[in-house]
Amino acid sequence: MSLSMPDFTKPESKRLDLRRILAAPGVAAILTILGTVALWELAARTLNIPSYLLPAPSAIFSTFPSIGAERWVGHVWATLRVALLGFALAIAIAIPLAIALVRSPALNRTLYPLLVIVQSTPVVAIAPIIIVVLGAGDAPRIVITTLICFFPLVVSTATGLAATPPELIELSRSLRAPAFREITQIRLPFAVPYIFSALKISVTLAVIGAVVAEFCASDAGVGYFIQFSTSMFKLPQAWAGLFVLAGMSLALFQAVSWAQKLLFPWSLPRKR
Amino acid sequence: MQTPAAIRFDHLGQVFDTGSGRVEALRNVSFEVARHEFLAVLGPSGCGKSTLLRMIAGLLEPTSGAVEVFGRRVDGPREDIGIVFQKPTLLPWATIEDNVMFPVRHKRGRVGSHDRDRAQELLRMVGLEGFGKRLPDELSGGMQQRVGIARALHMDPDILLMDEPFSALDALTREEMGFDLLRIFSERPKTVVFITHSVSEAALLADRVLVMTGRPGSVLTELPVPVARPRGRETIKDPAVTELAAHLRDLLLQRDAA
Repeated sequence: MSLSMPDFTKPESKRLDLRRILAAPGVAAILTILGTVALWELAARTLNIPSYLLPAPSAIFSTFPSIGAERWVGHVWATLRVALLGFALAIAIAIPLAIALVRSPALNRTLYPLLVIVQSTPVVAIAPIIIVVLGAGDAPRIVITTLICFFPLVVSTATGLAATPPELIELSRSLRAPAFREITQIRLPFAVPYIFSALKISVTLAVIGAVVAEFCASDAGVGYFIQFSTSMFKLPQAWAGLFVLAGMSLALFQAVSWAQKLLFPWSLPRKR
Repeated sequence: MQTPAAIRFDHLGQVFDTGSGRVEALRNVSFEVARHEFLAVLGPSGCGKSTLLRMIAGLLEPTSGAVEVFGRRVDGPREDIGIVFQKPTLLPWATIEDNVMFPVRHKRGRVGSHDRDRAQELLRMVGLEGFGKRLPDELSGGMQQRVGIARALHMDPDILLMDEPFSALDALTREEMGFDLLRIFSERPKTVVFITHSVSEAALLADRVLVMTGRPGSVLTELPVPVARPRGRETIKDPAVTELAAHLRDLLLQRDAA
C-alpha cells in the first residue's frame, strides 16, 4: 500500500477547518445556546409539557411582539435606571469607604464588623421595611440595589489598595509626599484590577437588587412585569421577561469589561 | 575643620517587637561612609542589611544609637536620598519616562519640561534612549531595573541606597549592570550604599566592603578594595579583585561554619 498523501490530507484539513471555526471566540457558546433552545422546543412539543410548567421557546418569543416595543422599553428603562443609579451610589460609597478602611486601622476595627453584619442581613428581608421608610418612588429601590451590590466593592477595593508593593509606599514616604497622592498615584491605580473584578460582580447584583425592589413595590420594570404576568397566569410572558433580565445582566457585565479594556488596558492580564 | 562623613552609624541597635517575641536585628553597628564613597555591604540573609538602608532613609527609627547623614541626626524621611529596590517596582500603567519622573510628580503633583529633559538624559545614561514611551512590561527585567536606577537618580540625590538591586537578574545581565554602574558613577559620583550577596560584585564595584555577621547583625570587618578607578571589564580579572573576592568568600563561609 502506498502512502497517497492527498487522500489523507484532504479530509484531515477539512476537519481542521471545522475545529478552527469551533474554536473561534463565541462560536461554541452560540452553538450551545442554540442547541439548548432547539432541545427545549423539541421536548416541549413531543412531551406535551403544559405551558404553565415550561412554555416552548417559540411561545416565549412570540410574546415579544405582542407586548410591543414601547412597553418593553418602558419596563427595561425602569429597571435599568434603578440598577445603574444603585450601582453608581454603591461605587460612590464603597471606594471612599475602602480608602478610609485602609488608611485607618481604628476605622478598620470598628467599621468592618458593622459592614459584615449589614452584609449578613438578607437585604431581601429588609426591602419591605426600606420601602415603608422611604416611601414610593425610585429612592427606596435605589437604596435596596445599593445595599445588595456595594459589599463586594468595598472588600475588593480595600484588598486591592492594601496589595500595593510595599517598596512604592516606602518610596512615597521617603519623598515626604502628601498622603492623598499615595492614594491617587499609587494605591488606587494598583487596585484597578481588583475594583473591576468587583464591578463585574456588582453590576449583575445591581440588576438583582432592582428586581427585588420591584417585587416589593412598583408599577413598572421587568421584575414588576414578571410578577404581573405570573399573577395573570401568562407564563410565556413571564419567561420572556426573564430572558430580558438575563440579557440586561449580560450586557451590563460586558459593558464593564469593555470599560476596563478601554480605560485601563494595562490592568488586564497580558496576552502572550 | 573636618567635614562630616556622608553617613555615620553610631553604636546602633535595632530590636523588632514581633508577635512571637523580640528579635534583635542589629547590635552595636558603627561605621562611616565618606562623601562619594561606594560602600558594599555583604552578609548572610537576615543580618539586617536592608534594615540599615531603611534607617539611613529615615523610614525606620533605631532602638538605640543613632544614624547621622551629613552630620545631622536622621529623625525622619529625607529627600536627598534615592532608593533602588531589589525588584524594579515600576508603575505598570505609566510609561518609562513617567516612571523616571514619578518621584517629582509624586512629590509636587506635576512635572515640568525640565523634569522631562532630565528623564531623557537619565534614560540615555542607563542605556534606554528611545524607550521613554514604552510601558514597563515591554521591557526585560534588566531594563526595568535600569529604569529603577534612573528613577532613583531623577531628584539628583546625594546618597543612593541600593538594596540587592541585581539579585533578580540572570548572571550575564547582572555583570553587564555592574559595568554600567561603574560608568554611571564615574560620570556622576554619588555616595552609595550597595547591599549584595555577591562577593565578586562587591569587589568589583566598591571602594570599601563592609562584612556583617548573622543575626543579630553586627560589623565583622571592613576591607578596602585596593583597585584604582576608573574600573571596567578588565577589573574582574585583576588579581587584587579576585584575591579580595576569595578572601570575602572565606570570611562568609567561616562565619557560616561557626
